[in-house]
Amino acid sequence: MKRFVIFLLAALLIGGSGAWAEEKILMMATTTSTDDTGLLDYLAPEFQKDTGIVLRWVATGTGKALKLGENCDADVLLVHAPDAEEKFVAAGFGINRREIMYNDFVIIGPADDPAGIRGQGVGVALAAIKSKTAVFVSRGDKSGTHQKELELWQAAGLPIPDKEAWYVQTGQGMLATINLAAERNGYTMTDRGSYIKYEANLNGNPPLKILVEMDAVLLNQYSVIAVNPARCPKAQLELATAFSDWMAGERGQGLIGGFKLLEKQLFTPNAQ
Amino acid sequence: MDFLLGGFVTAIQLLLTGDSETYSAVFATVRVSGYSMAASLALGVPGGFFLGHFDFRGKRQVRLVVDTLLALPTVLIGLLVYAFLSQRGPLGEWGLLFTLPGIAIGQTFLALPVVVALTATAVEAMDRHLRTTLITLGVSRTQLLLSILWEGRLGILAAAATAYGRVTTEVGVSMMVGGNIKWLTRTMTTAIALETNKGQFAMGVALGLVLMAIAFVVNFSVFFLRRR
Repeated sequence: MKRFVIFLLAALLIGGSGAWAEEKILMMATTTSTDDTGLLDYLAPEFQKDTGIVLRWVATGTGKALKLGENCDADVLLVHAPDAEEKFVAAGFGINRREIMYNDFVIIGPADDPAGIRGQGVGVALAAIKSKTAVFVSRGDKSGTHQKELELWQAAGLPIPDKEAWYVQTGQGMLATINLAAERNGYTMTDRGSYIKYEANLNGNPPLKILVEMDAVLLNQYSVIAVNPARCPKAQLELATAFSDWMAGERGQGLIGGFKLLEKQLFTPNAQ
Repeated sequence: MDFLLGGFVTAIQLLLTGDSETYSAVFATVRVSGYSMAASLALGVPGGFFLGHFDFRGKRQVRLVVDTLLALPTVLIGLLVYAFLSQRGPLGEWGLLFTLPGIAIGQTFLALPVVVALTATAVEAMDRHLRTTLITLGVSRTQLLLSILWEGRLGILAAAATAYGRVTTEVGVSMMVGGNIKWLTRTMTTAIALETNKGQFAMGVALGLVLMAIAFVVNFSVFFLRRR
C-alpha cells in the first residue's frame, strides 16, 4: 500500500510540475488547410517575434471553427467560406472581417480519368462524373471546402448528391479525404495547398492528378474575423486586431507569398 | 504497407533523438493521465468500495448504472464537457477549455466507472469469508475496512491499470476539449489522429509505438508493485 501511495504521489508530481508563465495568448480557430500545409507553423513564430503575442490555434473545419467563435471559445478566426462568414458577421458573432489571401480549388482524379473531365469547366466536369457515376469523394463535414463543393453542384444546375452509391462522404479532413479518394480511385475537390502537400507526401508522384483548374468559380478566399467582444466579454479584440493587421500588413503578406512547398507557392496574399 | 516498417524506424529515431514535438506530446499525455487517474482513483476507490462492501436499497440499480456508464463513448463525454467548459457554458469562467486540466475532467468521467465497477467487483469477490473471519477475531470497524481494502489491493491495482489504458488511448475527449493545440494540449493520440489525417502514416505508426512504450513502462511498474 505504501509503495502504491508513493507511486501515486510521484505520478502527481510529474503531472503537476509545469505551470506556464502568464503571456499574451491569442486563441484562433482555423481550418485544417492552414495547419496541415504548415503555413501556421511558419507564420506563428514570426508573428510572436514581431508582436510578442503567442498564437495558439485549433484546426478544424470552417463549420466548427465558426461554431467555436459563436461560443466565444476563440478570439479570432481564419476561415474560408465567404457566405457562412457573412452570415456569422451579420448575426453579430464576429466583426472586422478582412480578406487576407486566397488559393484555389482544383478537382483531382485518377490519371486515366474514367469520366473524361480533364481540362473541362467545373459544371461540365461534375455533370460528367454524375452521368458516368464515377466515384466522387466529398468532405461531407460542413467545412469551407465542403460548402464550396455544394455550391458548385448547385451552380452546375445539378441536384446535390447525398445517398448515391458513387458519392462518398468522408466527414474527415482534406488530406484524409484525398487519401480515401486515391484508395477508391475516385475524384475529389481540394484546395490547391492541400494537394501540393499530398504531392509532397508522396514524393511528387501521386496517383491522383489535377484535372480541372483555373475556373473562376474555384477561387478560395481566406479571411480573418475577430470574435465580437460585445457578445463575448472575454474575447481579446486588441490581440485579434494586432493579428489581423499583421496578416494584412506588408510583413504578413510578404511571408504568405513566400511560403512554398515543392517550390510551389501555396497561398496568394490579397489583403486590401 | 511500407509505412509500417518506416513507422517502426521513425519511432526509434524520435525516441533516441529527443524530438521535441514528440516529447511534448508524451509529457502532455503523461500529465493529463496523471491528473485524471489521481482524480478517478480518489473518487472511484471509495465509491467502488462502498458499492461492493455495503448492502443498501437500490444497490443493484446503482450497479446497473455504473456498468452502463462503462460504455460511455469518449466523443460524447468530450461534447458534454465542452458544453460545460465553453465560454458560453456554465463553467466557462473557469477558463479550462483547451487546457490539460480540462481534458483531465473529461477523462475522469471516462475512468471513474471503470475504477468503481472493478473495485466493487474485487471487494465483492473476497468480502464474505474475510468479513466473518475478521469480525470473529473481534477487530474494530475501522480496522475491518482497512484490512478489506488492503486485501483488495491487487484488484484495485488491476482496476487502475485498466482505467489507465482507457485514459491514455482515448482520442475523443482530448480532441474536443483539448483542441489538439501544438506544444500545449497535443497528446499522443491527437497527434496520431492529426498525422493520419495529414496522410503521414509512418509518423502516425511511430507515435503509436511510442504510446505503446509508455503503456509498457506503466504496466511494468504495476507488475513490479504486485510482485513485492
